[in-house]
Order: sequence, then C-alpha cells, then structure tokens
Amino acid sequence: MTNVFNLTWLIPIPPLLAFFAIILFTNPHKRLSSNLAIGAVALSWVMSWLVAFAYFGNWHVLVEEPFALSLPWLPTGTGVFRMGVAVDAVTAVMLFMVGFVLTMIFIYSHGYMTFPGYLDPALNTDGLDPRYSRFFAYISLFATGMLGLVVADNLLMLFVFWEIMGLCSYLLIGFWFDKTYPDPNQITPKQAGLKAFLTTRIGDVLLMIGLLLLFIMTGELNFQAIFKPEVLEHLAESHLAIPFLGAFSAAVVIAIFIFWGAIGKSAQFPLHVWLPDAMEGPTPVSALIHAATMVSAGVYLIIRMQPLFAAAHHGENGAMLFVAFIGAFTALFAATIALAQNDIKKVLAYSTVSQLGYMFAALGIGAWVAATFHLIMHAFFKALLFLGSGSVIHGVEHGHHHAQHGHGEHGHGHHDEHHEAYFDPQDMRNMGGLLRRMPATGWTFIIGAAALSGFPLVTAGFWSKDEILADAWYTGHTLVFWTLAAAALLTAFYSFRQVFMTFFGKPRTEAAAHAVESTRSMTVPLMILAVFAIAAGWVGIPEWFPGVGAILGNPLGTMLGAQAEAYHLHHKPLPPQSVPLLVSIVVSLGGIFLAWLVYGRKPLEAGQPDPLERWLGPIYTVLRHKYYFDELYGSLPNVRPALILRFALWLTAVLRAFDTYVIDGIVNAVGNFGRRFARALRLFFDELFVDGAVNGTGFVAQVAGSVLRLVQTGQVQFYLLIVLLGVLAFLAFVQLGL
Amino acid sequence: MTFLDTWVLTLITFTPLIGSIVVMLIPATNTALIKRFSVIWSLIPLVLSIWLAADYWLKFLARGQAVMAYELKAAWIPALGVNYHVGADGFSVPLIFLTALLTTLGLYYSARTIHHRVKEFFALFLFLATGMFGVFVALDLVLFYVFWEIGLVPMYFMIGIWGQEKDRPQYSAIKFFLYTLAGSVFMLLAIIGVYLDKGTFDILIAAQNGGGWTTAPVAAALSFWAFFVAFAIKVPSFPFHTWLPDAHTAAPTAGSVILAGILLKLGAYGFLRILLPLFPGPAAQYGLIIAVLGVIGIVYGAFVSLAQTDLKRLIAYSSVSHMGYVMLGIGAAAWALNQTKTPELINSAAMALNGASLQMFMHGIITGALFFLVGVIYERAHTRDLEKFGGLSALTPAFYATMMFAGFASLGLPGLAGFWAEFFTFRGAFAIVPVLALIGVIGVVITAAYILYRVIQNVFLGKYDPSRIVHWTTVGGHHSDGPTDMELFEKVTLWPLVALMILLGIFPTLVLVYFNAASVNLLNNLF
Repeated sequence: MTNVFNLTWLIPIPPLLAFFAIILFTNPHKRLSSNLAIGAVALSWVMSWLVAFAYFGNWHVLVEEPFALSLPWLPTGTGVFRMGVAVDAVTAVMLFMVGFVLTMIFIYSHGYMTFPGYLDPALNTDGLDPRYSRFFAYISLFATGMLGLVVADNLLMLFVFWEIMGLCSYLLIGFWFDKTYPDPNQITPKQAGLKAFLTTRIGDVLLMIGLLLLFIMTGELNFQAIFKPEVLEHLAESHLAIPFLGAFSAAVVIAIFIFWGAIGKSAQFPLHVWLPDAMEGPTPVSALIHAATMVSAGVYLIIRMQPLFAAAHHGENGAMLFVAFIGAFTALFAATIALAQNDIKKVLAYSTVSQLGYMFAALGIGAWVAATFHLIMHAFFKALLFLGSGSVIHGVEHGHHHAQHGHGEHGHGHHDEHHEAYFDPQDMRNMGGLLRRMPATGWTFIIGAAALSGFPLVTAGFWSKDEILADAWYTGHTLVFWTLAAAALLTAFYSFRQVFMTFFGKPRTEAAAHAVESTRSMTVPLMILAVFAIAAGWVGIPEWFPGVGAILGNPLGTMLGAQAEAYHLHHKPLPPQSVPLLVSIVVSLGGIFLAWLVYGRKPLEAGQPDPLERWLGPIYTVLRHKYYFDELYGSLPNVRPALILRFALWLTAVLRAFDTYVIDGIVNAVGNFGRRFARALRLFFDELFVDGAVNGTGFVAQVAGSVLRLVQTGQVQFYLLIVLLGVLAFLAFVQLGL
Repeated sequence: MTFLDTWVLTLITFTPLIGSIVVMLIPATNTALIKRFSVIWSLIPLVLSIWLAADYWLKFLARGQAVMAYELKAAWIPALGVNYHVGADGFSVPLIFLTALLTTLGLYYSARTIHHRVKEFFALFLFLATGMFGVFVALDLVLFYVFWEIGLVPMYFMIGIWGQEKDRPQYSAIKFFLYTLAGSVFMLLAIIGVYLDKGTFDILIAAQNGGGWTTAPVAAALSFWAFFVAFAIKVPSFPFHTWLPDAHTAAPTAGSVILAGILLKLGAYGFLRILLPLFPGPAAQYGLIIAVLGVIGIVYGAFVSLAQTDLKRLIAYSSVSHMGYVMLGIGAAAWALNQTKTPELINSAAMALNGASLQMFMHGIITGALFFLVGVIYERAHTRDLEKFGGLSALTPAFYATMMFAGFASLGLPGLAGFWAEFFTFRGAFAIVPVLALIGVIGVVITAAYILYRVIQNVFLGKYDPSRIVHWTTVGGHHSDGPTDMELFEKVTLWPLVALMILLGIFPTLVLVYFNAASVNLLNNLF
C-alpha cells in the first residue's frame, strides 16, 4: 500500500511539465497543447485517485498516523525546514474531488475555447481562441497549484501553492485582456484580474503574518507537528501583544490572521468584492478556479488548521466565533445579492460566495466533518452549474451569430459590427426556453440547481447542507442555524429563478431561439458531473436515517469523524434530529416553490415587445433600472410587488448598492488614495524636499565643478589616466609620507 | 593547497582588468573584435566563480563549516600595515558569482546595443568588474576602499557618456558621483578611525576581539556612523536614495543592470562585512535605526514607484523599496544583539540576515532582468512612457512571458526567487522587531499594485493602439510597422536569469546554504 502513497509527491508534477512544455515548445500548435495539458492532468487524476482510494481502503490504520514523506529543504539558522507531502483523510477526500474536477474542466475547455465573439472575425483562422495554447498553459499551472496545495505537509508549502493559484487566477480572469464594453462603467477583464489579485493579496499578506507568527512561536510549520496537543496548548496559553489592543492568546491571534487569508481567497465579507467581477474570465475558469477549487482552498485551509482554531476556542473563544460570524453573515448577505443578478454567471458567483460562507459558518461552530462534506459536494454541483452556464452562453452566442448571419444574407447583404446593438449572451433576459434547444445542458443544469437548492433526499447538496444545519442546531448555535436556514431559502429561490428564466418559457430573443447544443466534449463532462451532483452525497447520509442510512453506512462521515477524533476535535456523531431535517426540507422546497410562483407558473411568451416586464413586472423594472445604474441612487421605481418581495428587493437593492458603493467603494478609495498619496509624495516630498536638498548640495559642487571642467576633455583614456595617476599619487604619498 | 586555492580570488578580480587593458590596445575601429574579446574574456571570471562556488560547497559547506577561505595575504604598503588581503566566505561567494554572471550578460547584451565609442565602453565595463570583484574579496580596509572607488569611476562615465541626451546624463552622472564620493569621504575617515583604535587595517583582525573598542565609545560610534553613511548612500537607503532614479534613467541598459544588480549590493555587503563584525556595540545600539530606515524605504519606495510613469524610473524606485528589505533584515539582526542569547534568537537573527543577503542576490537577478527588459522595449519604442504602451501581450509573447516572470518574482510571488528573500526577512523581523515588520508588510501589497497596475497592465494588457507610438524600430534601428518580439540575443541574455528565478524560487537553498552558514557564523562571533 505504501508504494501507492509514494506517488503522492508526483501528483502535482505532470501539469507543471505541461505548463513548461506549452510555453516553451508546443505553443504554436494549439490542439497539441491542449491534448498535452489534458493528458497531463488526466495522469494527475489517475494518481490522485490511486492515492485517494488507497487511503479510503486503509483509513482505519492511517487515520492516526498519516502518510508523510519529506526532504530537508531550507536551512533556517541552525535548523532545517523540511518540505514534503502528507495524506490524511482530508487530503484523500480533496484529492478525490480535485483530480476529477480538474480533468472534467480541462476536457470541457477543449470544446469551450473557440474563437471569442468580441474579437474581429477577420482574425479567425482556425475557429479557436487566438491564445488557446496560452489558456491551457495557465490552467495547467493552476492544476499544479491546487494539487500541490492539497498534498502539502506544511503551511509554508501550502502558502506557496496558494499564491501560485492566485497568479493563475489573475492571469485567467484577465485572459481576454483586450476586451472592452460599450458601457464604461462595466468592469473589463483586465481590471477584474487586477482587482482580484490585489484584493486577495491583502488577505494573503495577513495569512503570511499568521504563518510567520506560528513559525516563530512553535519553530514548526508542519501540520502534524503543530497539531501535537502540547504545542497547541503552548499556543493557547502564550500571549502576543498587539499594538494598541493589548495581549491575546497566541492561538487566537494566529488563527485570526490565518483566517484573513481564507477571507480573501474564498471571497468572504468584507473581501468578497473581487469574485463576482472575476466572472470576466472564460467560463471554465469560473467553474474551476472561482467555484470548485481555488476559492474552496480558503475553506480547505481552515479545515486543515482546525485544530489550531479549536485550541483557540478553548483559550478565549475568539477565533471560532469570528469564523462563524463571518461565514454565516456572508452566507445570507451574498444570497440576497444573488437574487438581483441577471447575468447568469453573476448569480452563480454570488451563490458561490454564499455557499463558502456556509462552510465557514460550519467550521466556526465546530462542524468540521459537515464543512468538509459540503466543500466536496459544492465543488461537484457548482462546477456543473458553471460549466452548464458556459454551455448556455456558448449556445446563445452561436444562436446570436446564426441570427445575425441570417439577417445579413437576407437583408443588406453585409453586416457592419459597429451598427449592431450590443448583445449580452450572459444576460438571462436574453434567454428562455433553452431546455428544448439544449436538452443535455438544460437537464444537467436543473440537476445542479436542485443540488444547490438542497432538493430533499435525492441531491448531494441536501445531505451536506442538512448536516451543517443539524450540527448548528445540535450545538445550540441558534442564530447561526436560522441565518443559514434563511440563506438556504434564498439559495433555492435564486437557483430556480435562474432555471426558469433560462430554460423554461419561450425564447425571448432570436439568439435564444437559434441556440444550439454544445459539442460533446462540453456536454459529456456535464453529464458525468451531474451524476456526482446527485450520487456523491450518498456517502454522507447519516446512519440513523431510515432505510438508506443503514445500508450505505455513512462512510465519509465515519472516516472524517475518525480523523477528527485523531486531531482531538471532539467530534461526536449527531443523534437523529427532526427539526433541522424538517427545516432544510421546508426551506429548500419553499424556495423552489416561490421561484416557481414568481418565474415559472406562467411560461413567458415570445415576440412581445417587453415580455419580461409584463409578466414579472416590478422585479424586473427594478432590475432594469439597475442595468442603467439609476436605482443605485436610491430611486426605487413606482411598482407594487408583494410586500415581502418588495422588502426583499429593497434589501437587495440596498445590499447591492452597499456592495457597489461602500465596500467596492472602499476598495476603490483605498486604491485611489494610494495613487493620489503616491503622486502627492512624489510631487511634494520626493521631488521638492529630498531632491531639493540634494540639488542644493549639488549646486555648491557645481561651482567647484565648473573649475574642474577644464580638465574634462571627454577623452576616456584621459580620465583613466587621471584615475591611474591619482591612485599612484595616493600610494606614493603614503609610501613616502611615512 | 592547490594553485587555485590561493590564487582564484586574485584571478577573478584582475582578469577583467587585464581584459580592459587588452581592449585599450585593440584599434578602436575594430569594434567586432573588441566586443567578441570582451564577452569571451568575461567568461574566465564566470567559470572561476562557478568553480569557487562548487569548491566552497564541497570543501566547507558540505562538512558544516563556514570559514573564510581562499585567503591570500601579502604586504602591500608595509609602512602603513596595509596588506593585499583577500578571502571569501558564504557572504561573498554567491555575490562573486552574481557579479560574474551579470558582467558577462551585460557585455553580451551591450555587444549588440552599443554602437557609440565602443572601445571605451567595453574597457570601462571590464574595469568596473575588477572594482566590484575587489570589494567582495577584500579583507583589508584600504584595499576595500580602493576597489570601492574603482567601482565608482567607470559608472560615472557610463552614465555621462552613453546616457540619452533627454535624460540629463551629465546631471545624473554628477549627482551619482558626488553622492557616492561624499560617502567615500566618510568611509575614509571611518577607516582611519578604525586604524587609530585597533592599529590595523585588516578586517579579520579588527573583528577578532568581538570588535571591542579601547578608545572612547564616541570614537566607535563616530566611525560606525561614518561607515553607515557611506554604505547607506550606496544601498541606497531613504533618505539618501534620490540619486538612484536619475542615475538609472540616464544609464545605458547594461549600466543600469550592473548598477542595480551589483553596485547597490556593495553598500549592503559593507554592512555585513564591516559594520556588523567591527561594530557589534554600536550596531546593537543603533540597529533599530537601520531597521526603521529599511521599513521607510520599503513602504516609501513602493508608494513612489506606484506614481511613476517612466518604466525605468519605476523600476529604479522599486530598487529603493527592495533594498529596504536588506536594511530591515540587517537592522533586525543587529537589534537582536541586545537580547539574551537563546538558540531561537540566534535562528531568528540568522534568518533575518539570510533574508537580507538573499534579497541582495535575488534582487540582483530580478532587477537585472527588469532593466534588460526595459532595454528591450526602449530599443524598439524609443520611449519608456508607460501611458504610451498597451496590448503588447498579444504581439510580443516572449517579451511578455519574460516580463511576467521577472515582474512576479519582483513582487515576491512564492515559487519565484524574490519570495524567499521577503519570507526570511520578515521571519526574522517579526521575531525581533514585530511592529516594524508589520509596517513593512504594507510594501508587499503596494509592490503588487505597481507591478501589476503600472507595468503589466499599462504595457501588455488592453488593446494595442498603433497611433500611440508611431515610430517603432527593430533593435538594429530599422523601421518596423509595430513592436517586434525579442530577438535571439535578448533571449540568450534574459532566459538564464529567468531560469535562475524559477530554480531559486523552487529551491533557494542553492544560494541560501552559503548565506546561512555565513550568517550563523557571524552571529556566533557577535553574541
């Protein structure tokens, strides 16, 4: 068995080799590059699953003594820092998910990265994106980052891979860096990439501080070494003085610093602003990096460091509470924002923020197993949803081109790009009735939405979400419980709003009417992921659950529970509870029902001048004003929806405005302040005073220099001669003078 | 003792001088020969420096020893007790290699880009190398001083003669010269101060008795500050840094590379070789000031970089910021001397010194590459105005990729070389001067902002607009319709540096092992 585990360190290597091979050699050959990348990641996938299943088969033995392999890597004064890989239950579960999702998304990208619609069609030579190879190089490097992060045995190595992923995220968000929009207020890909990198950089720097403090306090960064009870106790009982705030338990301080890294990476309040804009990247990137893997790395970090947080918990109760608060708040906050989005990807983006908040809330209340479970399940169905949305966008874009082309032939005989109205293929108002045009995409998307909504009993999302709620209820965190329940209701509502708007009713545009189903390399990954979005959850059904529970035996929960015990996390299997179970069923079905009531009850009619407004009235009037950025100044349109919806919309409008102006505004203001401050420093200080003083000195010297200028002939040989003579004179002087 | 053990440092130091003399004997019209000879000749010290690194590792580091080796001591001015005394240890061996590497690359790059007064340029360049090598090997204060001055003169001419007229080369050169010369005067005074107290110019002997000073503490403090000013100007530390942007802007590409890559390190090296070993008392007393200046440099330099619109000035200011890490690490290690000696403290101080010395090496590679890259674009666009570029990513992929590696290494992305320097500096600094380290961290965020926002976004992203730069040329000066990608000679110049960034980003121990041994050794002597 150990032989298989020796593969662990090799897992991140193939995509790294693919990255270098593509940028150095295969770059001009597009399909060769993508095949190379897919082959490499598939190899990593196979190795991941070999290791993961080897673990699953032997977890009883390995849970106490994880597999570890390390090499001395850095000298640290008199000591040595070792780098290496380790496999515990969390790593095994993550490897299972990451290797698989990576491969699915790589294959999907093979079909997705066709010639982008925003470029001049004259440049289209082979139907593929002009920077197709570059795309596969970037996602290969990303795969290395994610796989390396998962197998890392210490926090420093984790941090290195964490940052490499951040780089790839930056590169891929800004992949279409030359794309612009007619609306100057709409963020462009290059701006979104910068925003993402800088926002997460703030979190990363705080994480690095936490890491350094941990290193200083314990002399170790290896997970197993830190999690020794005596080390944790030492951390909980030592105190660190924070300037102006006083002394705190070192464990709490370090845990909170580390958590800030997760806040940035997983886009939690108040650093969540980058993630919705990150949707400017190609859709496979949104699925891969900004839903399934990189953003969940923040959750993974806290799962990984949970023993430290638990130690902090016993000390002063601060860090866990902070995590629970941020998580629960973000879960609800982002879910409300998602209601008001019309961009198919932005809905999913806010949904991701919200679901990650769910996981943090779970970790904050000590529901370690549930959080891990939800992380994996969420990766499956959210990757599915994003890829589905990408397929939809592709289909609609194709439909749009088809419609345009048709008009061109029958109409003026040519078409001029500049005279076309700007068409947004991601706007759900331009869709409708796509289920008939794109059945594979449609049904898999519905499965994904059901899983995200936590559709009872069948879907993966139900079981993982239910377990978090059950934990919150059982441990008496009532506020967290109800906050998360509310977030779950909103989640079900916005998911099915999306489903009804996109796939049901009649096509609302020519583009939607002419949409075509995507190629098989895109739909097959969707289908495979759809199976996982349902069946994967069965491994975590509580054992007490009537019927299936006893048959399946909750293998995931049992294994992770044993791992939790090994880490002294005080994990206890939950007893049967009816309240949380009923609540999760009610909020899920209730949310879906509400969505049906509002968006699905009467199918939208085609061909009407303004069908959405007529059928759905006030909601979309409000949203339309948002599209024109009018409502941002607080003028709610004169409409009369149901009171609760009106309140919800008002809240959404407020929160979205808060999001755009206050939170985004602070980020922008800090940026602007930085720029202005820097400019001011340059103008008023650096050039005026510091330079001025230097020039003052220089003036005196200039006067002297003007005399010396007589010897400046401009002949270098002459100068060298002077230097030589000078040195000789100096030597002669010291020789003779003494 | 083999021949090389005794003579290798002398050979490395003086082969460039011989080369310089040979170049002066070649007729000025035969530029091809001058160029070819200079580049090939510069391979001699490069090969020797690689041998030196390998040999030092095999003989000493692999056995856990960190000694001063390859010593050669001969009377030079016996009346004064001035000796020709050279030697190398863990601090100097990697820096000698860096000097040799950047010299070769600089000469090779210049062979294709310098067309004006070729003979003088190559003679001066080789002469400059002797000065730099000399500083890194000198173990006698007078010898150190002489080499230090030798490094000054050729750079003055390089800026003044080969600078672009619009960059005020005369002004910049004189500013550079005056500033550094003022520092040298202080250094000369300090050397005399050391001699008056210890009766020797030998660095090793002067450092032997823990640097204990027999005369008044004031004399020690004065000598300390005199050395400090000389080194701080060269580093350059805030508030002595304003010569640097002007000098860089005016200097020819290879001159900038050497200036940023090596000459700045002479100052930092002075801290490690002279200031700490000879003045442990004042260093402990004033260590905090060094660290504070370092932090100011980090943050201030980063903010000012962000405001630049000239690519070369931006990178020059980024050097101010990055050399701040060196100061912070050294200051933290010095400040640690005040505390009681524990193994943890020694390790923290050693890591602070490791961070500082790694930063010297890594900054040499990274900023060296960045200045070459500025040269690449300047040779084509004949402007460095960031507002005029845009969209080059799609047109010049090799240039883009190289800049991305250098830029991200510069902003400290883990996995590339720059990160480890920052990591170890902060590791040491957080343990010793946590509040300063906390402030310094701000610089990390701002660095990301100016690299990404100013450089990458302005130059490479967005849509390429042909109307903004009308007159593109090839490197050779021929008209071209748009930006052309890097040529082979530019790739040959830059890719070794990129390879080092990646290699050292993954496995920094290749150079860290030298610095670490030297740092631990130094600290054990100081405490």
